[in-house]
Amino acid sequence: MIALLAELSYWQVTSIRVGAGLVAVLLVAGTLVYAHLFKMVSFMQSRLGPMEAGPYGSLQLMAEIGKFLQKEDIVPRRADRFVFKAAPFVVLTSTFLLLVVLPGGPDAWFISNDLGIYLAMAVGSVSVIGILMAGWGSASKYSLLGGLRATGQLIAYELPLLLAVVGVVIQAETMNLQEIVLAQANGEIFGWGLIGNPFILTQFAGFIIFMIAMQAELTQTPFDMPVAESELVTGYMTEYSGLRFLLFFIGEFATAGVFSAIAAVLFLGGWYVPGLDPADNLFNVIGPLVLFGKVVVLTFLVFWVRFTFPRFREDQLQRLAWKFLVPLALANIVVTGVLKVLV
Amino acid sequence: MTVTERQQLGYIAAQAADARVNLEIETEGMTLNIGPQHPATHGTLRIVAKLDGEQVVAAEPVMGYMHRGYEKLAEVRTYPQVTTLINRIDWLGSFANEVPFILAAERLMEVEAPPRAQWIRTVLFELSRIANITLFLGDMAVQVGAITPVFFAFRDREHVLNQIEAATGGRFHPNFDRIGGLKDDLPAGWVAETRQAMRKIRAFCDEIEELVEGNEIFQARTRGIGVIPPDVGLSYGLTGANIRASGVNWDVRRDSPCGLVHDQVDWKVWTHPDGDSFARFWVRLQETREATKIVDQLLDGIPSGPIMAKVPVIIKVPAGEAYVETENPLGVMGYYVVSKGDLNPFRVKIRSASFSNVSITPWLLRGVYVPDIITILGSLYFILGDIDR
Repeated sequence: MIALLAELSYWQVTSIRVGAGLVAVLLVAGTLVYAHLFKMVSFMQSRLGPMEAGPYGSLQLMAEIGKFLQKEDIVPRRADRFVFKAAPFVVLTSTFLLLVVLPGGPDAWFISNDLGIYLAMAVGSVSVIGILMAGWGSASKYSLLGGLRATGQLIAYELPLLLAVVGVVIQAETMNLQEIVLAQANGEIFGWGLIGNPFILTQFAGFIIFMIAMQAELTQTPFDMPVAESELVTGYMTEYSGLRFLLFFIGEFATAGVFSAIAAVLFLGGWYVPGLDPADNLFNVIGPLVLFGKVVVLTFLVFWVRFTFPRFREDQLQRLAWKFLVPLALANIVVTGVLKVLV
Repeated sequence: MTVTERQQLGYIAAQAADARVNLEIETEGMTLNIGPQHPATHGTLRIVAKLDGEQVVAAEPVMGYMHRGYEKLAEVRTYPQVTTLINRIDWLGSFANEVPFILAAERLMEVEAPPRAQWIRTVLFELSRIANITLFLGDMAVQVGAITPVFFAFRDREHVLNQIEAATGGRFHPNFDRIGGLKDDLPAGWVAETRQAMRKIRAFCDEIEELVEGNEIFQARTRGIGVIPPDVGLSYGLTGANIRASGVNWDVRRDSPCGLVHDQVDWKVWTHPDGDSFARFWVRLQETREATKIVDQLLDGIPSGPIMAKVPVIIKVPAGEAYVETENPLGVMGYYVVSKGDLNPFRVKIRSASFSNVSITPWLLRGVYVPDIITILGSLYFILGDIDR
């Protein structure tokens, strides 16, 4: 694989990467929308979901995209036009940047970066800027309230998210996501190394904190106060229509997929399946699929919670972040550090 | 009427919020129009809220976007025609709207429906209550952000609507009540099917209890939010589950029954001492269960006999005045009918529950946060058609 890539020129490698990035974002987002938003939720709510477009409604997504593309791109008269128009792209950019450090196999990834998870956490918060831009630029009171709520919430939950990762980093002794996968593949739990050491077993508290904080970062129920459709009329997205709304929509689901992929890499062993040699070239082919399978499982959890729970009020979710998740994450770091030194 | 400690605290908190708002920091307020088109108002209610940050300084409901002039329209229609109109007042529990008007007309004409008609009337009255409040139980969860329960509500309300349709021919607007009785007798097999539907509704109540009422987030969002002390509630004219949730043990079905046979069966009036949004939800949940029990008992004892009393073909109501009120799904609904001995009523005054229930909002919303506006409005539970007749 490496040899093959080495023979290609720079522009060829770049186009492969861009193509892979688009596939990784759009395919994942599309699958999640169909499998979770259309079908799983319909079954939860005792309905069938889309059944007409294509076999079993599988082309419904295409129909929806076609619908969105036909709609007029409306900019409110008093809106800050440039900020308003740029906001969805900023949000989507953050999603694509998150993907850069994600490993899909021993060689199948975009950039080997020793600060991988650090970079991911950093670019993950770029979406806050996009959301704030959307909230401010729309010149709508609902959007403004939604944008401000989103900013407060995303900043608050950035911290437990990061602190939950620190436990993994201590245990794996690296921030490079590829090496975190290998550490899980080659690791052992107190001398028992049959299935490696998926960090969900040894970092269970970290995993729970990461999933809760991720739910909040994605502004999914019960942390969807910023979009609260029953009071703020979807908050910062109120004024968007057509293609730009579609971009927000893709951004929401693609980010859910990419964050789940990060969680899968950190806690579920990423592209690795127990029982095989992690250096096997086979993983360059099945690795992305394995990762995708794990992503589907994790996003299933996200959307299961999303469609079951009512939402927290703004002060309640802040209290949860600062008074419960942050202390728990700090305790987790301390315990991990002590055990790391002792064992 | 006992005032609990929590009620007192809520009352003090509301007073304190009233005094505190916008005094700490003088900031430029923001006026937020919630509605007329807004997902949380199920219709066209507009709430003008003056905000300080996310805190409400003053809130004013603006009604009348759906005013249809039913009181005036009723004056140019004959008595049997009026029921078609008033079906549309509280559109989720339509049959219950017809009953008090028909009872008032019957009182003026001094006719009484035969026992069988009275029993079937009461069964349908309670079925429309179940159909109405079932939707509330799902909708309340939507107001605080959980979207799944409302689909369960729509699913299980269908069983009740099917029964109403089987008996009356109309799912939403039965137009089935007649002066002196009912339009038709029950179809064959209806009683057994209704029992089946009641079992499903009880299962739905259990489901809601687990999924919504027992949920910690739901409780955190509703407990202590929008506390109505009993004296304030009574002074604003709150009725129905809203006042029972404040601990006032008052139900027209039990305390001043007229024309319906609730006194023939064994049932209970549920009250809750807290008076907050959670209490209002809880009381309605219990009332739905209680209504299924009432229906079950009534179905056991439907007497045989005719379903129409002897009334003339062309109905002329003797001169006089009558006021009849019943405990409708949303609260007390009353009709004041004035007759001059014509084919048409001379004047009809409709006392609908939601109008009074919404009138407390300026008092109740002062000092709360924007997310709680929606919770409180949802828990007060109004139907727009019931506000603007």
